Amino acid sequence: MKYGIVIVSHSPKIAEGVKDLISQAAPSLSITYAGGTDEGKIGSSLENIQKAFDDNQGQTILAFYDLGSSKMNLEMFLEMTDKDVHKYDVALVEGAYTAATLAEIDSPLTTIEDSLKKLKIK
Amino acid sequence: MAERACKNDCMVGEKKMKLELTNAEQWIKLFTSKLDENVSTLNELDTAIGDGDHGTNMERGAKAVKEALDKQTPADLSALFKTTAFAMIQKVGGASGPLYGTAFLDMSKAAKDEADLAKLVQVGADGIKRRGQSDVKMKTMIDVWQPVADDLSAGPLTADQVDQALQSTKGMVATKGRASYLEEKSVGHLDPGSQSSAYLFDSLIEALGEK
Repeated sequence: MKYGIVIVSHSPKIAEGVKDLISQAAPSLSITYAGGTDEGKIGSSLENIQKAFDDNQGQTILAFYDLGSSKMNLEMFLEMTDKDVHKYDVALVEGAYTAATLAEIDSPLTTIEDSLKKLKIK
Repeated sequence: MAERACKNDCMVGEKKMKLELTNAEQWIKLFTSKLDENVSTLNELDTAIGDGDHGTNMERGAKAVKEALDKQTPADLSALFKTTAFAMIQKVGGASGPLYGTAFLDMSKAAKDEADLAKLVQVGADGIKRRGQSDVKMKTMIDVWQPVADDLSAGPLTADQVDQALQSTKGMVATKGRASYLEEKSVGHLDPGSQSSAYLFDSLIEALGEK
């Protein structure tokens, strides 16, 4: 599979909800998520993030996050992994939705990234 | 020639202090105790300008660090810092997990061929800057880490120096982290991450017996 998407949120429900939402636009993509701490509370967990990437089937993985420590844990993972991961500092829901729609039809990465530029908020 | 030889490795008035494993073990142990004892103080500081869980998060990290160190006695400085880093990364949950985790992980890497205390703390401070994409004067833990690294490279660290760094965060406007959403309203409060960092360096002073 060409693309995969990983969602990282402080909230388990947000992570799962964004997955549900973007799956509608991209039913054939590999979409995995990490939400909350390893106890399922509000926060972030490097272990959960690692698992979301391990479980993802995409060759090129597009990663989206919400708040500060999700970003930091995500970046910590990126320093350790050999996978081809691209992290975007964009609005979580809109960014993931846009990327999912374009990735579903195997758009070139440059096309996806051009569309994401408008959604950069952090 | 003498000047050139000195360029990277010494400064005028610099006093090198080698960090021994036994002191470092004591340092981390004292830090975890202070975190246990000050859960409510850290939570209260964080309630004022953050999400109120810094004490609880750090307590969870402290417990994980203690358990990990009880399970396996570290063979050297690098192993001690690595165990500390992984426990914090896995268990803290909030932003301080990756921040303290990165500081200790970078110190662990550096400790493989560096035992100078000031240099190690500087490596930790640089790690926090990289992870948080931040620097001094943003009302974050860096406002304790960086002055402490500077003070250590100039001579023995004192509790007054640590406190002075901590207190300096009170008048700052937060421009990084959760407190930055409050903008000017963040003034007048101590930064919680700076308080936990002050516990870390107070522990260091106690472990070195320089109190």
